Amino acid sequence: MFQRCSGHYVATFAVDEVRVLRKVATEVVGLLTDAFDHADPVVVRLFPEVYPDDAADAAEFRRYTEGDLKTAKIDQAGAILAALPDDAGGEVRLDGEAAEAWLRALNDARLAMGVRLEIRDGTDLGAELDDAVATDPGSSRMFQLSVYAYLGYLQESLLSALVD
Amino acid sequence: MAAPQVAPLETPDTDQVPAPDRPWVTIVWDDPVNLMAYVTWVFQKLFGYSRGRAEQLMLDVHHKGKAVVSSGTRERMEHDASQLHAYGLWATVDRA
Repeated sequence: MFQRCSGHYVATFAVDEVRVLRKVATEVVGLLTDAFDHADPVVVRLFPEVYPDDAADAAEFRRYTEGDLKTAKIDQAGAILAALPDDAGGEVRLDGEAAEAWLRALNDARLAMGVRLEIRDGTDLGAELDDAVATDPGSSRMFQLSVYAYLGYLQESLLSALVD
Repeated sequence: MAAPQVAPLETPDTDQVPAPDRPWVTIVWDDPVNLMAYVTWVFQKLFGYSRGRAEQLMLDVHHKGKAVVSSGTRERMEHDASQLHAYGLWATVDRA
């Protein structure tokens, strides 16, 4: 999907893809700002304890680094929002810096969704999707699983364009 | 696949630093979400490791559940862990 084109990384998105990406990036910004909650398992995953066996050292590290990390994650989600066409399909054209921000932001979004969807080692995404279709094709889980799979595909495609 | 174009970083290869100067380590833990190719890319990007070394570390994380990805002073390891967190990897710091 993403192709390297004279130093840039270019892909064309359908209107539904643009909407999904905007929704996902906006949700990430939301949980890093207004909805920020240290008890949220997504926040626990995005801001890991650097000293899991030493609460005092972990708290001190957090005090000094959490603000910067939060800003970095908001900025990288913002890189997705900034590059998307308005509410229509169209081309996304990223320079090297924006492409790397997209990779990090797509990863944050996948981590957040992975926590909510309870993705585990060995989770078979295809089987999960088949189950969800069989149970209720219109369910929220079905939609979330499809988006999660799509983001993985997109991240892999951008990474391949960047390194191959 | 062709070798990726990754600019070498100025940080010295940790293998060449004497052990007494590397009392702390950064550990990356396995995670069910992160793509293997992405983790390899992050190790190359942040530490300037070769593709082969980065891939080996990624496989260690994947198969053994964790791997030491850098070693040095405590401040340096905290810096490395912060960077890894910005990339979404699950990193902790510990004594070597």
